[in-house]
Amino acid sequence: MHDPVVGEREEKMRRKSIGLSVAVFLGAVPAFAQIDLSGSWQSKNHEDALERGAGPNPVDFAGIPFNASGRAKALSYMQSQISMPERICALYSQWHLLVGTFGVKIWNETDQLSGKTIAWVVGAWEDKATMTIWMDGRPHPSKDYPHSEEGFTTGVWEGNVLTATTTHMLSGYLRRNGAMTSDQATMITHFIRHGDILTITGEIIDPIYLTEPYYISRSYVPSPTLMNSNGPPCIIGDEGVAEGTVPHFLPGKNPFLNEMTKLYGIPAEAELGGAETMYPAYRDKIKSEFKMPAKCQRNCGGPPPGQ
Amino acid sequence: MRYQIRSAMLALAVAAPLMAQAPGGRGGRGGPGGPPPTAKAMAPIDLTGYWVSIVDEDWRFRMVMPAPGDYMGVPMNGASRKVADAWDPAKDEAAGELCKAFGAPAILRQPGHLHFTWQDDETLRMDMDTGTQTRLFHFGNWKGSGGPPTLQGDSVAVWEATRGGRGGAESDGNPTGRGSLHVTTTHLKAGYLRKNGVPYSANALLTEDYDMIREPNGDVMLYVTSVVTDPEYLREPFIVTSQFKKQNSDAGWKPTPCTTRW
Repeated sequence: MHDPVVGEREEKMRRKSIGLSVAVFLGAVPAFAQIDLSGSWQSKNHEDALERGAGPNPVDFAGIPFNASGRAKALSYMQSQISMPERICALYSQWHLLVGTFGVKIWNETDQLSGKTIAWVVGAWEDKATMTIWMDGRPHPSKDYPHSEEGFTTGVWEGNVLTATTTHMLSGYLRRNGAMTSDQATMITHFIRHGDILTITGEIIDPIYLTEPYYISRSYVPSPTLMNSNGPPCIIGDEGVAEGTVPHFLPGKNPFLNEMTKLYGIPAEAELGGAETMYPAYRDKIKSEFKMPAKCQRNCGGPPPGQ
Repeated sequence: MRYQIRSAMLALAVAAPLMAQAPGGRGGRGGPGGPPPTAKAMAPIDLTGYWVSIVDEDWRFRMVMPAPGDYMGVPMNGASRKVADAWDPAKDEAAGELCKAFGAPAILRQPGHLHFTWQDDETLRMDMDTGTQTRLFHFGNWKGSGGPPTLQGDSVAVWEATRGGRGGAESDGNPTGRGSLHVTTTHLKAGYLRKNGVPYSANALLTEDYDMIREPNGDVMLYVTSVVTDPEYLREPFIVTSQFKKQNSDAGWKPTPCTTRW
C-alpha cells in the first residue's frame, strides 16, 4: 500500500540524487559551449569608443601596420571626399562590420531538403552590404572576378568559433579617417559566442597598404529589440563638391599632422602608425617624447560631472 | 539512499568513458578504475608559452597615459566619475599603491607579454612582465584561502569544449576537439580599470574567455574577452577583448615594476 509520507520522502531523495548525478557528470567533463549565432546583437563600444562612434580623430593611425603606400594614401585623405556623389556610399567594405557604429542581425540560411546550414548571414546596414558566409564548401571566385563592397565570404567552424574569409572587396575604410584597405585585402573574421556575449574579431591582410596583419575585435550582447536586417540604403546625394574634383591633401600638406600631439601628447611619429606601434616595446621608443596632457580636452566620455 | 547510490553509479558509468579520453587524444590519468583526468590532461587548448600584446585598439589608453578626465568607452556611473576625477598618482605613490592599474580586471589591457605554465596539474599560471604580476587559474574544487582581497583575486577556471550533436552544431559541419578557457575571478582588491584612475570596487566580478585560434597566415592568436561587472562603479558590464600573438621564445620578456605614471 502506498504511504504518502514515505512517497514524498522518496521523491525528495530521488530529486536530490538526480542533482548529485548531474553534479558528478558535469564535474567530470568540460562544459559544452553554445554556438548558435542567430539573433539581434547590440554593439558594446567599450573599446575604440570614439573610433566606432562619432569617428576617429584625423591622422590617428597609431597601431596600424602601414607601409609607406598605406600611410601616404591615408595622409592624402580629406574628409570632404565622402561628400562626393561618387564616394558618399563607396568606402564601406565588409570591414565596416568592425569599425562602424551599429549592432548586427545574424541568421542562418538552411537547405530545405537536408536542413543543413548553407550560409550564415550578417545583415546589412545603410552603408554596409549583407555578409553572406557560405558554409557549403563552395570555392572563392577567380582573382579576375569583379570586386564589390560586399565581397565574397566563405566560412568554416573551428570548434566553437566560426571563421569567415572575405575576398573580392573594393577598397574601403580601415579606420574612418582615411586609413584604407586596398581591393587586394583579405578579411578574416571570427565569430565567438560565450553565453550572452558575442565577440567578433577581425583581421585584415593587405599586401598593398600593410606590412603585417591588423587585428581588432568588438563585443555584442543580445538586443532586446528586433533589428532591421537591411536598414535604409545609403543615398547618393550632392553635397556641393565641385564636379571633377577630389578633395585631398598633397604630400606634406595635411594640416592635422600634429592633431594627436595637441590633443593627447602622442608623438607625431607614433600617430603615423607602422607595425612597431602595435607592440609593447614601442613604448620605450617614445618614452622621452610623450607628455601627458594636464586634462582631457574633448570627447572625454563618462557621465556629466555631478551626476 | 538507494536512489542516490544508484544515480551516482549511473552518472559515473556514463562519465567514465569521457573522463578516460582527454580531448585531442592526449594522455592522462583516468583509465578504468583510475582517478579522474587532471585539468592539465583535459586541456582542449595548449596556452603554455609566451604571448605578446597586439595593441591596435584603445591605443591612447594603453600605450601612453590617458589624460586626467579621459573616460571614453567606460560605462562609468556618477560615483565612479567622482573617484576618477579625484585621481592623484602622487597620493597613490605616497600610500604605496603603485599597482592599482595592474589588477586582474585591467592588466590584460596593459601592453606586455604573457607567460603561461602549469604550476601543477590543476593550476594554470599566467605571469605578466608588465607590473611583474602573476595570476593563478584554479581548476576543480579549489576553494580560496579566505584571506584579504588581492590584486589578482581568486580565479576559478573551467575548460569549455565543443562537440557536435544531432540537429545542433553538427548540422553545419562543426568539428569536435576545440575549446576555450573560462575564468571567473572574485575576491579582488579595488583598483583602476584605466591608468588614469577609473575605478573598480572590491565587489567587482571578472569573467574571461580565452580563445586560441590559428590564423590562416600561421599566427596563433589568443583572444581574451573580459567582462567586468561592478554595481558600485559601472552602469553596465564593461566588455573588452584583448589580442595576443604567440611567440616562439621569450623575446621581449621584460619584467617591469608597477608604476602610477608613464
